[in-house]
Amino acid sequence: MARLLLYYAHPGHKYSHVNKAMADAARRVDGIDFVDLYGAYPRHNIDIDREQERLLAHDVVLFQCPMFWYSTPSLIKEWQDLVLEHGFAYGAGGDKLAGKTMMLALTAAGPADAYTADGYQRFPFRTFLTPLQQTARLCKMRFAPPYVLFSSLRAPSSGEAALHVEGYVKLLTAIRDDRYDFARVDAHDVVSHQTLPIPIEA
Amino acid sequence: MGELLLLAFIFLFAGVVAVPIASRFGLGSVLGYLLAGVALSPLLTAIDVDVIAIQHFAEFGVVMMLFLIGLELEPRRLWEMRNKLLGLGGLQVVGTAALIMAGAMALGQSWSVALAIGFILALSSTAIVLQTLSEKGLMRSDGGQSSFSVLLFQDIAVIPMLAFIPLLALPELSEIATGAADAGHGASAGADVGDVGHGDAAGHGETGHGADLNLVAGMAAWQQALVTVAAIAAVVLGGSWLTRPTFRFIGMARLRELFTAAALMWVVGIALLMTLVGLSPALGTFLAGVVLANSEYRHELESNVDPFKGLLLGLFFITVGASIDFALLAESIFSILGLTFAVVALKGLILFALGVAFRLRGAQRWLFAFSLAQAGEFGFVLLAFSVTNNVIPPPLADQLLLIVALSMLLTPVLFVLYERVVAPKFVEDSEQEADTIDETTNIIIAGHGRFGGIVNRMLRSIGYEPTVLDYSSEQLEMLRAFGFRIYFGDATRPDLLHAAGIENADLLVIAIDGREQITELTRYVTRNHPRVHVIARAIDRNHVYELYAAGCRDIIRETFDSGVRTGRSAFEALGIHPFEAERLAQQFVKKDGRAIAALADVYDPDVPIHRNEAYVARAKEVRETLDAEMKGSGRAFSQRADRGWSPPSLEDVKAEEEDGKS
Repeated sequence: MARLLLYYAHPGHKYSHVNKAMADAARRVDGIDFVDLYGAYPRHNIDIDREQERLLAHDVVLFQCPMFWYSTPSLIKEWQDLVLEHGFAYGAGGDKLAGKTMMLALTAAGPADAYTADGYQRFPFRTFLTPLQQTARLCKMRFAPPYVLFSSLRAPSSGEAALHVEGYVKLLTAIRDDRYDFARVDAHDVVSHQTLPIPIEA
Repeated sequence: MGELLLLAFIFLFAGVVAVPIASRFGLGSVLGYLLAGVALSPLLTAIDVDVIAIQHFAEFGVVMMLFLIGLELEPRRLWEMRNKLLGLGGLQVVGTAALIMAGAMALGQSWSVALAIGFILALSSTAIVLQTLSEKGLMRSDGGQSSFSVLLFQDIAVIPMLAFIPLLALPELSEIATGAADAGHGASAGADVGDVGHGDAAGHGETGHGADLNLVAGMAAWQQALVTVAAIAAVVLGGSWLTRPTFRFIGMARLRELFTAAALMWVVGIALLMTLVGLSPALGTFLAGVVLANSEYRHELESNVDPFKGLLLGLFFITVGASIDFALLAESIFSILGLTFAVVALKGLILFALGVAFRLRGAQRWLFAFSLAQAGEFGFVLLAFSVTNNVIPPPLADQLLLIVALSMLLTPVLFVLYERVVAPKFVEDSEQEADTIDETTNIIIAGHGRFGGIVNRMLRSIGYEPTVLDYSSEQLEMLRAFGFRIYFGDATRPDLLHAAGIENADLLVIAIDGREQITELTRYVTRNHPRVHVIARAIDRNHVYELYAAGCRDIIRETFDSGVRTGRSAFEALGIHPFEAERLAQQFVKKDGRAIAALADVYDPDVPIHRNEAYVARAKEVRETLDAEMKGSGRAFSQRADRGWSPPSLEDVKAEEEDGKS
């Protein structure tokens, strides 16, 4: 059993379509720890000690949030700035997170094909995640390919949303049960509900 | 009765007219009183007033002044200043006294007279210098701080001087005096060591009350010593143990004048006790002052005694002015003027040398030397005291009186000289000095209840030590248990604010109860001390307007924030997401702020709200809009809360995608 810590961050939770459904489903998964960051810290007064203890008590840290301006919602940045302290997460003696895994579950409004040199987003999707990837690396953590839903605004009407939420629950339970094959998708840029590296149940 | 009223009126009138005029010309109140005395002199002679008798009465002001000086001398603060105090102050007093003594001896005075003259002229004028320095904003400069240290040391040095001067008594003067007194009233002169207030002025033909009341006169030396020690112990222990119960007892009556009566009783009682045992009343009250310096009643005592001290000292200076011998001045104008310049130059030279030795830089050195070069009001006191104790013969005293008064008159001239001639040459220096950070940020918190107490705790948590004023004895009792330093008194009284140091305060937090009192205090401070940042506690929204009209620009509604927090908690309890609840609360605060601003235009402090039609109409309108928005029936509020993280519409996305592709 891997100990999974899920940070959910959405300042507009009330207006969310996909993320809200994902969070509601994730809350019902047993044996993982679910933290609503905006619910826990509505005034951005993050409790550093409490968060560091949480990190120490888990093997996999997964951030679930929408993409805002090619990055995370601001509270996750605040969390990084405060919790990933020198001497704890990096630098001299900062090896407390070594060997753990960091993963993202993101929704993006733009379609997958926009994230190319010719697309209107101009860069591959993973380019926008390089700061987070490097953050994980500096903390000696493994950065697993993110679980992504593109065209998230169209997803509820196209039926993609439901599939994405279903895949999300499978992903969480697989990580919890050590059935998620991180190595198999290492070379992939992103993972979707169709490409989950989970063996078919016998 | 009629005579008393006439005299009182003459003195009060002279003071009221002369002091503002003198202040106007930058001469300070001491010179104002002196000039009033000079002007009164012919009138007093005409109606045959015994100026010297009045002067002895007025000397009780000196006793009060020493009590107040004692109150100001917190042992802790003294310890912090010890280097400057002892080094600068000690060297100034000793050096100046010694050089002047040498000068006087060279002019043919005997050593004892010369030493007394040295004492008298070594002191500078606390009243003139401190007032001028703070008027010109120089108090916090290095030169100003050094001057303050020296003046403080001089104030303390007066005590031993008062004790020492009687020992210098000239036998031949004593004999003449005793003879005269014996012939007149049978009182013995010169025996009452250090009695300023009721000094036996046998030399001038008065009766000394002190001698009549002396308990220890017939005792053996060891008995006298014992009684003396017991009296001092009584003052110290009484000050420590009796003040609190006394003031608590008086507090039950809730009458302001009783505190004044008690404070006066305290000072008069101590003076009386000291007189009875043959000690200096000034010394006794000074001791009592030091004992009470750390008490929470300090500011209350200070503000009650201060006006009496001011009036009595004023009277004292008027009598000094009235006794200036102009015939003598006219007669020997060149020698008097010459001696005055010599004294000022000598004092200035010593000060300048000390400034160099203590590394005062550039202009500060000059400021230090110029500001303290005069003789001072304590000189008058010592002079009167020396004559009383047969140390200095009256003709010489008259000349010295002129020298002291003239040197004080020169002070404003020296300050002008400093500002116009010296300071401009050191412009670069003063720019560098601006870098030195002033560590003493002065904060006053008026009211230490549930509201002010929080402010106090927060400020203390980051290392500030606010001066706290409160009128509740119970609060005091409780807070003393926690080790807070808070002072007893009604913060709305200007004299108490003055005693708490409002002149030098940077910040005043008004946390008292009572709408009217808050407004009144705010108005007083914003008008009289516009430099002080005032944070005022408002009872409700209309009070905010009142306080704004009273000049306050930092107004906090006392229950608004906790109301908003309670509303937010209610939102959360209803299942609204905490972050959403926070946003809604923020929106509410913002909306409410706008409503306040909207109503401020139509608020008129002179018209009661219910008769202000424009206000009532606007208030209704604003309230309706706000209510509608909170209920969600109006669109504006919910739209505003939505802004930020609501996703774009599908149409927007499509348009954007097509835009990007084309």
